[in-house]
Amino acid sequence: MPTQHKPELVCPAGTPAALKTAVDSGADAVYCGFKNATNARNFPGLNFSFDELAECVKYAHDRKTKVLLATNTFPPAGKFELWKKAIDDAVDIGVDAIIVADIGVANYARRKHPNLRLHLSVQAGAPSIEAIKYYCEEFNVQRVVLPRILTIPEIKSLKKDIFCEIECFIFGNHGLMAEGRCSLTNYATGLSTNMDGVCSPAHHVSYEEDKDKTLTAKLNGFTIDCFSCTQNPGYPTICKGRYLVQHKDNPYYAFEEPVSLNLADLLPELIKAGVDAFKIEGRQRSKAYIQTVVSSWREAVDCALSGRDVKTDKLLSLTEGHKQTQGAYESKRWR
Amino acid sequence: MMRIIPIPLVNNTLMRLVNFISASEPRLFQRLEGHHHKWFVIDATNLPFIICLRPDPKSPRLKASRNRDCPNAACRISGSFLTLLGMIDGRYDGDALFFSRDIYIEGDTEAVVCLRNALDDIDGNIADYVAHFFGKPGKKILNIARKVTPHAHPT
Repeated sequence: MPTQHKPELVCPAGTPAALKTAVDSGADAVYCGFKNATNARNFPGLNFSFDELAECVKYAHDRKTKVLLATNTFPPAGKFELWKKAIDDAVDIGVDAIIVADIGVANYARRKHPNLRLHLSVQAGAPSIEAIKYYCEEFNVQRVVLPRILTIPEIKSLKKDIFCEIECFIFGNHGLMAEGRCSLTNYATGLSTNMDGVCSPAHHVSYEEDKDKTLTAKLNGFTIDCFSCTQNPGYPTICKGRYLVQHKDNPYYAFEEPVSLNLADLLPELIKAGVDAFKIEGRQRSKAYIQTVVSSWREAVDCALSGRDVKTDKLLSLTEGHKQTQGAYESKRWR
Repeated sequence: MMRIIPIPLVNNTLMRLVNFISASEPRLFQRLEGHHHKWFVIDATNLPFIICLRPDPKSPRLKASRNRDCPNAACRISGSFLTLLGMIDGRYDGDALFFSRDIYIEGDTEAVVCLRNALDDIDGNIADYVAHFFGKPGKKILNIARKVTPHAHPT
């Protein structure tokens, strides 16, 4: 009897305490980053020093959990040494794989550490058979994290023609990191999500609440959104802002809404499509989020594998703006 | 009841408390690098005083003030006492509390994010440290508070 295909549950960790929480809550693998621009969640007070990561890898490995290191930003000219050091340090520490986006970083890792397992970040934006094959052939990439722009039939079709594992996001902040949207924060603040690792840098973010409890969110002086007292705010990112334009009577979400991805209902279909790993977003979130989300998804994945109903009811309060979507996985009508 | 507690007595206790936490969890202060000199206001809106924190590892300061204005403050985090307690106790997620508008932040957002991340990285949580500091009565009060604020998000 063939062994049942069992996808890995890949969970986020922004701090050592969060990593241990994810491991203890049932993660098969945890992904994290160093405290610098080499990872796309370069937020204040977040991430790992060399010693912290070394200690955490031992903690995880003792409990049979893998640790993946995100080095998924794009080195600006003249700053490549930081990315080389991150990869060399990751090898010294013994992480199970590194997650790369930039071809120069992938090439360095492949040539200098041929036995190091490489995963292709969602940041690389490789949605086609041709693009994925290129990364596999040139850099021996063994897993690709698919951009959140594909339907399940597209994923299924793609899986048949590539020879690496595929990983899909199933829950969390629905930021596409595609189609130039991350460049908007760069335009407004001078700092880049893709090169500095910081989306909407916190020191450029401000909130103002007036006497009517209307909350205004600003990024470097640009108003991104206003929320009445009955509305739930989202993250202060330009791509999820609401704007007043000439051809509309009311402010509207020009790019996408503040909403979180939740694919609980699609888990059985994703397993059938051959997805090898399910990824949860949220390295910037707390231990409370990690504990609740990881344990819920552990149960959900196990339920889906054994043919039982999947329930993730208690996750709505943790979603951005208290709204969730199945995004492009369900339909191309989602933009 | 809380209105009659003498602030100097409270402040003496708070100073001993912050020194205790600083000695026990130096990693917390390392994560706040770049924000050590700033004053953080923690405003439990249903208490008659605010708590002011300056997380300088060489000379940490923690004090209460009946005057809710703190002219030197870099930032303010506001919410009900039980909401803030649930957050530092590791039972509530700060982002979710913000999305539901159970907490409100003003001023230096980077400092707030940094403090949130630093507090969250403690093995265990700050609430346990505080309870431990106050001995058996502290642990008893924390247990009661945990029963009132269950392991779930407030909305």
